[in-house]
Amino acid sequence: MEKTGIVVVSHVREIAEGIQRLIQEVAADVDVQVVGGVNTHEVGTSFDTALATINNSSADNILAFYDLGSAKMNLEMAIEMSDKTVKIYDVPVVEGAYTAAALLQTGVDLENIEEQLREIQIVK
Amino acid sequence: MNLEVGIRWMELFNEKVQNEKDYLTQLDTPIGDSDHGNNMSRGMAHVVEAIEEQKPENLNELLKLVTTNLLSKVGGASGPLYASAFMGMMKAEAAGEEWATILKAGLENIQMRGKAEKGDKTMVDLWTAVVEAVSKDELTHDLIDEAVEATKPLKAKKGRASYVGERSIGHIDPGAYSSGLLFHAMLEAEAE
Repeated sequence: MEKTGIVVVSHVREIAEGIQRLIQEVAADVDVQVVGGVNTHEVGTSFDTALATINNSSADNILAFYDLGSAKMNLEMAIEMSDKTVKIYDVPVVEGAYTAAALLQTGVDLENIEEQLREIQIVK
Repeated sequence: MNLEVGIRWMELFNEKVQNEKDYLTQLDTPIGDSDHGNNMSRGMAHVVEAIEEQKPENLNELLKLVTTNLLSKVGGASGPLYASAFMGMMKAEAAGEEWATILKAGLENIQMRGKAEKGDKTMVDLWTAVVEAVSKDELTHDLIDEAVEATKPLKAKKGRASYVGERSIGHIDPGAYSSGLLFHAMLEAEAE
């Protein structure tokens, strides 16, 4: 099976790092790449960092999570420039990334992961 | 539109963005995240620098250069949105379309990216008004100002301003304002 990883794009470095720390508790073997903020300490997202984060992943199939709208737009542009299969989920970033990682760790298939993510979908 | 006018267009847009950087940020403060002035200022400075360094040889090369620089240097939501606009224009230009159709392609790409409709209090409102006016050869500075001002009473349904809901009413949309600067610059470049 193709390896599946997780990418998180946040506006703030500490949020991204916090989510990664949280996820590692339940999914030590899942490739989780996060990025938060721009130019190290500024709040924001950018196309360049979103693309670099996708490319940093060792996985070819990626489940992507984000906090606010502009992060999604930068992710979408990055996906168009990437060879990887990336799908963005409109779910709360912490709960979504955590759910996906925990399920990936226990070997749950993509179809079931997506079903769980659909249950926590929000308008964002 | 041709290469010379296009370059002048970007230079004038850059001047306006740098002059009104603080005002753009001010507009973005009550209903956004106060980054629009800085983001557009950084992005357009890079665009103008890239034009000088890379010397595009035709209009399509110029549009491509604008696209890539805005995408990488603006950040936030404006980066992907403005880059999408210029990418749409670049493709339509390559297909040999007329300028009105090229601008329309820019608008369609913004909408594809941001999912906003006319009336959502975004840059789409301004672009819609401009595209319609250009297709009838009726674009004026007054029409642009009116279209910018028309975003003021609206309630934001897309973008960061939508998070504050009703409280977005009474404020000009920053993206519509910066797009207004873009088209003021276009008219000035065309008139020179």
